[in-house]
Amino acid sequence: MIARVGRWLFLGGFVAIIAAPVYIVIVSTVKDNAQLFTNPIGLPSPIVLSNYVRMLTESSIDTSFRNSVVVTAAAVVLTLLLASLASFGITRLTRVSGGLLFGLFILGLAVPAQVNIIPIFLQFKSLGLTNSLVGLIIINIASTLPISVFILTTFFRQLPPDMFESAVLDGAGYLRQYLSIALPLSRPALGATSIFLLVIVWNDLLYPLLLITEQSKWTLPRTLLGFQGEYLTDYTMIFTGVIIASMPMVIMYVLLQRFFIAGLTAGAVKG
Amino acid sequence: MRHPARSPVAYLFVLPAAIFFAAFYLYPAVMTLRYSVTDWDGYSPDIRFVGLSNFTRLFTTDIIFQQALGNTLRFMLVVVILQTFFSLMLALLLVRNTRGTIALRTLYFFPTILSSVSVGLIWLFIYDPYFGLINETLRRVGADGVQPNWLGNPAIALYALALTQVWFHVGQMMVIYVAGLQQIPAEVFEAASVDGAGTWDKFRRITWPLLLPTTVLVMAYTTMQSFRAFELVWSMTQGGPEGATEILATLIYKTGLLNFQIGMATAQSVIFMLLILSVFWIQRRAAALAVR
Repeated sequence: MIARVGRWLFLGGFVAIIAAPVYIVIVSTVKDNAQLFTNPIGLPSPIVLSNYVRMLTESSIDTSFRNSVVVTAAAVVLTLLLASLASFGITRLTRVSGGLLFGLFILGLAVPAQVNIIPIFLQFKSLGLTNSLVGLIIINIASTLPISVFILTTFFRQLPPDMFESAVLDGAGYLRQYLSIALPLSRPALGATSIFLLVIVWNDLLYPLLLITEQSKWTLPRTLLGFQGEYLTDYTMIFTGVIIASMPMVIMYVLLQRFFIAGLTAGAVKG
Repeated sequence: MRHPARSPVAYLFVLPAAIFFAAFYLYPAVMTLRYSVTDWDGYSPDIRFVGLSNFTRLFTTDIIFQQALGNTLRFMLVVVILQTFFSLMLALLLVRNTRGTIALRTLYFFPTILSSVSVGLIWLFIYDPYFGLINETLRRVGADGVQPNWLGNPAIALYALALTQVWFHVGQMMVIYVAGLQQIPAEVFEAASVDGAGTWDKFRRITWPLLLPTTVLVMAYTTMQSFRAFELVWSMTQGGPEGATEILATLIYKTGLLNFQIGMATAQSVIFMLLILSVFWIQRRAAALAVR
């Protein structure tokens, strides 16, 4: 009895800890500042839409949104392509050379790319890749290749060799095997990896902070960071920005819960 | 070896990714090592070799660096202890798959999909000393005298950030623990129950030892996340007040990109790199000993 009450107290307390901040953020976006400060917890009365109107008219959040979509889409697709090709190649090499190449990529798992931000900045500057969405795409690919190669190679290694045998007898080369056997069979792994990448790239603040000074090239996290200085303690505006920036991930999370949870723990669980 | 004939064509598949990785990961990593033994400012044409003097200075006279190193380790320890404990508790309470437990797991996991900046901005409001959620709640329950300046007081700011980090990722670790728990066969527990083992006995003698590989995984992952907390710290305190939340990642950024001390910043990076590698080595050794 006591154990049961304790269980629900603990779980309920955690519901409050997780949900209360989220609730406050959502209701604050339809309050004005006076309402937020006199009544931060209650429901809004009246409902105010001016935050959204102001956000969409006077800030550059729409440009940032577009930039985020471009960078995320390009980086995720290209990383998946490069990583799946590499992982397939690794499984077709001998144990020694395949293992060596795999080990090289895994090095990037141990030491995150962000340890090397200073040389990355200098390198991108000298290549003219600062203030450029292409530069952002490139660095996001480079820093997420290790985890993607890791997940996909682990998966490809589990595919039974006889699945490929009849194709080989039919004279299918590596490209054919990759395209018509390996890729279709690994849809779950590709799906998990793409969700993982989607969340990482969409939420990335470090690289735009490092490489982009022009506001017209900012992605959403960088723009949100700017709001902190621009709106100071105008939390209703800041939260409206947070909602707009988080919306795509939240919608996808609600629709694809199980896949999101599996995808975001894929790198960890498969270790 | 029943694998289809191997041919060098396979290298062509690895080539694009390898080139990318070499150019934009390995090259910067090598340059970190190279710059760390110079006093380059990022502009002058000649780069002067200064041996290990950057490193000796960091460890002997650079108080700011030493504070950041200490903060990085303290942040890691607090986050790892709290996050491992709470994620295990949640997982133990939600291990069965019912509609209710799945709904709760989905809710607890939710913050993981947000960006560090969003989480940082939300928690700036929660910690706000005047109209923040915590101090407001304290006032309402009559504790008017207790109004900590959560992020402004150097004695507690780092711990406030650690709590935010735990809020951010505890659900993710809970999911890993649930997966680990569900792999323990139910018969093991049934046999123990027949033998009259109580809840605590079962946890101590069955769950905890069998879960040890998962715990190692959770700790390793949490450690890695704590080392990557740059974005959260940068959006909340930028290392302040008085350097109380300065971690190595924020210090490297400031030294290299705001003060243009490339040599010094990359020396800090090298130490950060070695720190990360040695923490993982220690964890692996500890895991190997514990499993034995």
